[in-house]
This record gives sequence, structure tokens and C-alpha cells, in this order.
Amino acid sequence: MNFIRERIDAIKKPFGKGQKWERFAPAVNAFDTFLFVPNHTTQKGAHIRDGVDLKRTMVTVIIALLPAFVYGVYNTGYQYFIQSGLAFTFWDAMLHGALKIMPMVAVSYGVGLAIEFAFAVYRGHEVNEGYLVTGLLVPMIMPVDIPLWMVGLSVAFAVFIAKEAFGGTGMNILNPALTARAFAFFAYPTYMSGNKVWVSEASNVDGISGETVLGSLAAGNDVSYSMFDMFVGAIPGSIAETSTLMVLVGAAILILTGVGSWRIMVGGVLGAAATAFLFNLWGANALMSFNWTNQLIVGGFAFGIVFMATDPVSAAQTTKGKWIYGILVGLFCMLIRVFNPAYPEGVMLAILLMNVFAPTIDHYVVEGNIKRRKKRLNATLTPAT
Amino acid sequence: MSADITLRKGLTIPMSGIADLNISSADSADNYVVYPSDFHGVVPKMLLKEGETVLQGQPIFYSKANPEIKFVSPVSGTLTKIERGAKRRIMALSITSDGEHKAVVHKLANLDELCAADVRKHLLESGCWSFIKQRPYDVIADPSSTPKAIFVSGFNTAPLAADVPFLLSPQKEDFQNGINALAKLAPKVHLSVDASSASFLTEVSNAELHRIKGQHPAGNVGVQVHHIDPVNAGETVWVVGPVDVARIGAFFSTGIFDASQMVAVVGPVVKSPTYFKSRIGAAVAPLLKKAGINADGQIRVINGDSLSGAATHADGNLGYYNNTLTVLAEGNRFRMFGWLPFAGSKIFSMSRTSLSWLLPKRTYALDTNMNGEERALVVTGEMEQVLPMDIFPMQLIKACMVQNIEKMEGLGIYEVAPEDFALVDYASTSKIEAQAIIREALDLMIKEVG
Repeated sequence: MNFIRERIDAIKKPFGKGQKWERFAPAVNAFDTFLFVPNHTTQKGAHIRDGVDLKRTMVTVIIALLPAFVYGVYNTGYQYFIQSGLAFTFWDAMLHGALKIMPMVAVSYGVGLAIEFAFAVYRGHEVNEGYLVTGLLVPMIMPVDIPLWMVGLSVAFAVFIAKEAFGGTGMNILNPALTARAFAFFAYPTYMSGNKVWVSEASNVDGISGETVLGSLAAGNDVSYSMFDMFVGAIPGSIAETSTLMVLVGAAILILTGVGSWRIMVGGVLGAAATAFLFNLWGANALMSFNWTNQLIVGGFAFGIVFMATDPVSAAQTTKGKWIYGILVGLFCMLIRVFNPAYPEGVMLAILLMNVFAPTIDHYVVEGNIKRRKKRLNATLTPAT
Repeated sequence: MSADITLRKGLTIPMSGIADLNISSADSADNYVVYPSDFHGVVPKMLLKEGETVLQGQPIFYSKANPEIKFVSPVSGTLTKIERGAKRRIMALSITSDGEHKAVVHKLANLDELCAADVRKHLLESGCWSFIKQRPYDVIADPSSTPKAIFVSGFNTAPLAADVPFLLSPQKEDFQNGINALAKLAPKVHLSVDASSASFLTEVSNAELHRIKGQHPAGNVGVQVHHIDPVNAGETVWVVGPVDVARIGAFFSTGIFDASQMVAVVGPVVKSPTYFKSRIGAAVAPLLKKAGINADGQIRVINGDSLSGAATHADGNLGYYNNTLTVLAEGNRFRMFGWLPFAGSKIFSMSRTSLSWLLPKRTYALDTNMNGEERALVVTGEMEQVLPMDIFPMQLIKACMVQNIEKMEGLGIYEVAPEDFALVDYASTSKIEAQAIIREALDLMIKEVG
């Protein structure tokens, strides 16, 4: 270990203060701090510090994403082989999925991190770890057959416009991963919706067609999947959104470690369940009468509410605000699903909409605190009668 | 008679090296030091020159902004050195003790016969005024202000902090006397005690008693003020440390500024953490030698607790206010892949991304490593978890950073002191320096609002 440390210190020498390559120090530090937690000691304030840091927090989110990711890889292959009627084993499905998805992950990380590093060097601050999660989320919420250049372009748009233009990590209004998806959705709608994009190779091989559950409901067709299939995730959809089971495993990790806000998740489920239940009672069309429990397990709702709505930067930040924000995400998700046939799935737009309103929610919660304080002051100023 | 207050937020950091409740004695070195930096915001104007002799309790400097406030010598001897830093700022005043403790004796009437103005005058003249601090701003109280109440916290919840009832046990009468003196200065004196343990403090008269239950920072007087009688804009409360109350009490019964005190030498690297008899400004080296240090590398010696104390060094001296001397190992080492979740569970973490939460009874040998680097503010809710006040800490910190005075007022800047944000420093995933931000904001408020 000392040997490695010495080597790294030698490599870092030209990047030190006053040295030739000083400007590029953030890029080198980003790699170094992945190998070693730095030897920095407290200089002011508290002399002791908690063991947690942003790297650990972000990597915990990645661990929580992994079950859904691995299932997504499997399901990509599974859908392909089932639809094309070929015989296959578990490993065939995994291999097929991996060959499709790994390049997307590589492109997403490559493009995103390159921009992040460039901005860190430009602004002279350290590279923030936020993109580690975004970079994995982007391919997970895309349709499997989307061309790689579209992934790259969407990522570039999201990181430039949604994140760095607002000041970088911690300052963005919108969730960057969802912004990437929204960009692709509106820029290349034919690659992002319909019945030819959700199953691998569907547009190249005759006979393969896969509609999402919500897509077929919106088109007025019946749903041919059992509730068990929908819960486990053996249905077509964006890569890693299909398995509610695996999303729940991720949710359990996020809640147990305290990294994800359970208030937002519970609020979201309550909001969506209540709205969907009311629509069940109304029952004017197929989407409305689609059982409310099924509404919670199909589409990207579970994935969105667990992994995207809980992004602490773009969500509401106050405790009360998190409840309101979560409930409204659930409510709008169901509203968009039911009332807008152009968008069979509503969770992406619901979260982006609430991202925009989160600061307003927080504003009123914080304003309540300020008003309480003013009231207390006024009470001391007016003499008791 | 007393209201129970239960605080659910907060964090007790389970650090190893708590002091045994025994009193040990150590040799005393003859050099004493007063650090003007202990008195935040005070610009010292010297009353003595280098080489002049000084008596215990004799003023050595006063506050430039408020000449009534004088600061006195803890021992008799010679002012040997005035150490200056950048811009000739006075950093430290060294006094060599003559070992005789010849003291200035003030002639005082019986405390019962003194009026408020007399008490105030005697406190100012004796140097005891330096023990009275005020909220807002966490600075030495302005003698011309009238507080709506005086608050004394009878317990300290900071990690390894000295046990207050134990410190006061030889000074029960002095403490009561001090409370009596303070009661003359304000309409009300509030005394808070730890609801989970019994002590003589519950029998103190002349003060309203509050039983408080909760984790750190429940023992912080600012948190108690917030729940008992919060500071509104334009109001002032005074706060006095429990040991300093006894010191004031002793002054009113003897007429002498009593600089003696007990200090707990604590910390994970201290071999036998225990209490010592000492004095304000005494050298720490003999204490460290007696208690024993068990560390391979460098150590950090802290005047006060590990969350909001001030760093000194092994040849340094005790500060003016502290009864705790914490010794930590310097954490200037690299940890390979130490950021991995669930790695390094020997480092305590409030977050459950470390396995340390599964071992609630373990104590930890914490050091001074940052355990990460400063990052943008991402994680929400963790600051709220360690601040048991009706205040939005992240929003307040952001308002402080952009110096938005109206917003700071609205969000409760008058009710906080840096020490209340010490756990925010500790717990922050983004490693922000909340105490420093709050301190700067308070200084800005003093300048802009006064």
C-alpha cells in the first residue's frame, strides 16, 4: 500500500501547487481519491468528522441500483428470446442483454464524466461524485434499442443544460438523468415510444413486437401479462424499470442506509394509490379502470419514485416539503397516465414537473417558519391586555 | 415547578477516553498564558508592559470597544511576553507565576445588601464580567444591555466533556452564591439540568429549574434558551457557564478572583483520562505527562471538546473557559478505498452506510481525519437530524453564505451560536464548515445590526 501511495504521489507531483499542470489537478485528484481517502485533517470547526462522505453516499445508491440493473440486463435478453421463439438459457439472456446495455453504460459514463471533468478543471473545484449515479441511471431508463449516439447526445444535453448551466452538482433544478430521457423522448419520439422499441431487435426482426403494458392500455388493447409477471418484471419496458421486485430491494437498501428519503417514497406511493383508486371508481376508460394496485407496479412509477424522485438536489429539501412533493409526484403521474394518451407513462414528466415546483414547496414551508418567528416577536411587542 | 423538555434530535458521539470521576494532581509549571482569541470580538488594549509584575486578579488588558470590560491575570508574577501575530495582533500573553498567588482583594459588602448596579460594577472591576456572555452573537455581554433572563446549563453533552455536577461538587455554596448574584442582574435565572441523572443542582434556589432530556446538543445553553424562552430580534439573554457561576459566587464571598478549577483530560489517546486540579491558563504539558499519551504519530491537543474546542499544542496552555482538555490522534493518513460503503466501521458514522450503527455499545477512537473532501451540498435532512431547534439549518447556512441579513433574521440567526452547529460540521456529508459560516454571519450581524 505504501508503495502505491508513493507512486501516486510521484505521478501527482507536476499537478501540485505552483507546478506546470496545476490546472488539471482536479482531474488527477478525482482518480486519486478513488484509491485513497485523502490524509486531510480538520483545520477549523469540529475536530472530528463523520465517516460518511459524498462518495460513500453515491456508491450506496449505485449498490441499490444494481439489483434492478442486473434484472434489466436479464430481461432484455429474456424478452428477445421469448418473442423470437428461440430456445435459451439464463446465461444466453444475460449475455444478450449485456452486449446491448454495457455499450450504453460506457457511452453514458464516458460522455458525462468527460464533461464533468472539463467543468471541474475549468471552475477549479474537485469533481463531484453525483454523476456516478446519473451515469448509471441514464441507460437504465432508456429503451434498449436506442442508438448509442442518442444516448451520448442526451447525456451531453443533460449535463450541460440541466446541470452545469445551473452551477454544477447541488445546484440543478431538474434531475439530470430524467432530463436526458426527456430530451431523447421529445427529440427522437420514434425511438422512445410505440411498440417497436421496447424489445431488443424488435425493429430489425420480423415477428418481434413488444408493447409496454401502459402502451397497450392507451391503445385500447387488453393486457396479456399476469400481475406476477408485472411485479417480477418479465414485461417489455425501459431497460431497468420493469421489475417492481428489484426496485423494492433497492428501496429497502436506500431506506435502511438512510440515503434515500422514505418520506418521498411513501408519499409518492400514497399519492399514486389514492389517485388511481379514485379513477378506478370513476372508470371511464381502460386506463382508468386498470386496477390501482397494478398501476403501482407497471411502467416506471416504482423506479421513478424510488430512484429519481428521491434525488436530494432536485427534490424538496424540507421534511414537510418532502411529503408534499412525494404525494404530488404520485398524483401527477397517475393524472398524466390517464388523461394524456400521447404519453402512456407519466412518471418522468410528473417528477420533472415537481422538480420545478420543489423550490416553491420549500419556500412556503420555510416561510411558515419565518412567520412563526415574526408572530412570536409581535407577541412580545404588543402588551398583554 | 419545572417543565420537562425532551429533545428527540441530536447525536451522542460514542468516543473512547472518558475521564474517571477521580481527582488527580500534577506538577504545575510556572508559565501561564491568556489567549485573547478566547474572547471573540475583543480587541485587547494592554494595561501592562512586558516585564511588569502583576497580581492575581489584576487587569492586564481591556476591550477596546468597551473599556469597562477588563481581563485579569490568573496568577501573580511577571508578564514575561506579549506575543504578537500578523498586523501586530496580540496572540498570547505569557505570565510567569511567582508561586505565591498574591491576589487583588476587593472590599465587598454582603451580597444580600448589594443592588444590581453594585453587582454589575464589581463584576466588571474584578474581571468576572468576562464570564458573562450574551445571545445573540455569542460574545461577552454588553454591560449596558439589560437581559430578559440569564441562562445556566448545568450539564454538558459534548463528547467526553467534563461532568458538570462533579466539577461543581466542591463548590456547591459558591454556585448558589453565584446564582444569587446573577439573580440580581436579570428578572429571571434559568438553570437546566440533565433529566437522566440526579445531582445537587436540582436543589439550587433562586433559579427556575428545567429538566432536559436528550442527546448532544441538549446540554448547549443556546438550545435550552430556544426551548425555554427564545431570543427575539432586539432581545438579549445572558448565558454563564456553570463553573463560572461558581467562580462569580466565590468572588462575592471572598473578594478574590479565583482562577483555580478542575479540568478533565480526555480523549482516545489518553492513557488514564481523569480530572486534575489546575488553573486558568496553566500549561498543559504536566497534565498530559501525568495522564499519559499513547499515540504513535502526531497528536492534537484541544482546549474544550472535540466538536467546538480550540486547538492548542502539547506545549500550550489551558484556555480561559474550558474544563475539558481533549487529546486526539492526528488523522493525517491515507485510507485505501476507505470511502466504500460499510468499509472502515471503526470510524463512527451517524449514517447507516457504515456498519457502526449495528454496534451501539462500542466506543470509537476518533481522530482528526476529514474522512472525505469538501463537496457541494447534496444530501438533505442530515443537518436537521442533529439540530434540535425549530430552525432550518441548511437554509440558514445558505442565507449566511450569501449574507442575506433579512433572511438570516427570519430564519433565526439571533438564536444560534457556532457551538450549536458543531454537530452539523461533524455530520455533514459534504464536509462543510458550518460553525465558521455561522461565526462569520454573527460577526456580520454585529457590524450591520449591532
